[in-house]
Amino acid sequence: MNNQASFNTDVAVIGAGPVGLFCVFQCGMLKMSTHVIDALPATGGQCTALYPEKPIYDIPAAPAINAQDLIRKLEAQIKPFKPEVHLDQQVVALERQGQQWQLTTASGMSITAKAVIIAAGAGAFGPNKPPLANIGQYEGKTVHYLVQNRELFRDQRLVIAGGGDSAVDWALSLADIAAHIYVVHRRDKFRALPENVDQMRALAEQGKLELVIPYQLANLEGQDDQLTAVHVKTLKGEERRLEADHLLSFFGLVNKLGPINDWGLNIHNGLIQVEPTTCATNLPGVFAVGDIAGYPHKLKLILSGFAEVAQAAHAAFAYVYPNEALHFEHSTSTGVPAPQAQ
Amino acid sequence: MPRITFITVDGERVETDAKAGNSVMEVAKELDLPMLAACGGALACATCHVIVEEDWFEKTGELSEDEEDLLDTAHDLTETSRLCCQIKVSDDLDGLVVRLTPME
Ligand SMILES: Cc1cc2nc3c(=O)[nH]c(=O)nc-3n(C[C@H](O)[C@H](O)[C@H](O)COP(=O)(O)OP(=O)(O)OC[C@H]3O[C@@H](n4cnc5c(N)ncnc54)[C@H](O)[C@@H]3O)c2cc1C
Repeated sequence: MNNQASFNTDVAVIGAGPVGLFCVFQCGMLKMSTHVIDALPATGGQCTALYPEKPIYDIPAAPAINAQDLIRKLEAQIKPFKPEVHLDQQVVALERQGQQWQLTTASGMSITAKAVIIAAGAGAFGPNKPPLANIGQYEGKTVHYLVQNRELFRDQRLVIAGGGDSAVDWALSLADIAAHIYVVHRRDKFRALPENVDQMRALAEQGKLELVIPYQLANLEGQDDQLTAVHVKTLKGEERRLEADHLLSFFGLVNKLGPINDWGLNIHNGLIQVEPTTCATNLPGVFAVGDIAGYPHKLKLILSGFAEVAQAAHAAFAYVYPNEALHFEHSTSTGVPAPQAQ
Repeated sequence: MPRITFITVDGERVETDAKAGNSVMEVAKELDLPMLAACGGALACATCHVIVEEDWFEKTGELSEDEEDLLDTAHDLTETSRLCCQIKVSDDLDGLVVRLTPME
């Protein structure tokens, strides 16, 4: 995936969780344009990725609202400001360019901005990779975190690791094309659709795949990017060597600060330290809000994040319009731009 | 107050008198120990994975199905692995020792 597009904006927002989305509104009210970037293929951050169906009870004036509905309503609220949202790409670099900041994403897109608001939660969502030595050398070639092309696995020996829906679904789907499948899981219980688990156990009884339980991944054997075997072990230390051409690792999503650690920000235990009245970080024109912002007595709540966004947007104004006075106004006086027919 | 000892990945021992009723994760965060606990105790991640000293494991109580499910996504599990947001501090746990796991 390569994407050489480049954009210019007043404020670049890293993260499209609830707090990142609300940045579009607050900046928009102060006549600042925004571009929002997220590593996930959808907006909503934790609300969408972890608990879309759960009701949230502590959003002011919404006695109960499903996480997914909260995101839909935020999107409706920011729509008048014509948000530019770039999904499925992680911001990997943040560099000073004169008086501005340049952000670069993993796919090569770049955004130049007068101010940056980091609303990155606990970091970019990505695959939860098992901490195996040298796993990086096989990634993309013989170690996979998602399946893009089933045909790659025809007549291949596979180790599928994990105990959730992805592991079970792919074991079922690949059983008739793979040469052999080992399903490695730490316990006999799978947290997946019961029908599918039953079907997988039936295939195991017919010898179409092998359940390797209760084992965990221990290490990888191979050369260059070609895997030859996966070593697994039990809690008691019993080991097995499973000959395999590919490892499909399905341990869900995790957040990683990753590159954010390298931008020169003051980070403590995963939180970017900010001055709480402005959400300013130690870098000029760079603000942090929401779950990733750290200050004494911080509460990781959506409502705190929203308030931080208002503080940050007002403080960012000085970087976007250095020569203009900022007048405080209520939304009841300014209104919002009229929705335009698209 | 129950005394709880944390052993960091580097082997440092940190002892504290913990408030009964808090979770062991909250106690660790209060001490500012290196632990992500990303979801803040919402049972949505496994970043507060600790290894309980063997003698104490049973006293920390039964694991719920949700905790087991999340432990499926943790790595380098042991027989006494727990998510410490699910361990409630009580007088029965006076003397508890847990080991932290690597942060990333
Ligand atoms: C199960 C559960 C229940 C909860 N219940 C409540 C509740 O009842 N009330 C409440 O107030 N809060 C609740 N929370 C917490 C709430 O969801 C968070 O406080 C909120 O999501 C924080 O929003 P955010 O926008 O700061 O971060 P997030 O929602 O974490 O979003 C951050 C986004 O930034 C992206 N990102 C990070 N780094 C990069 C990068 N380098 N490049 C591109 N994208 C990046 C991530 O992919 C992610 O999508 C709950 C959380 C969980 C897990």
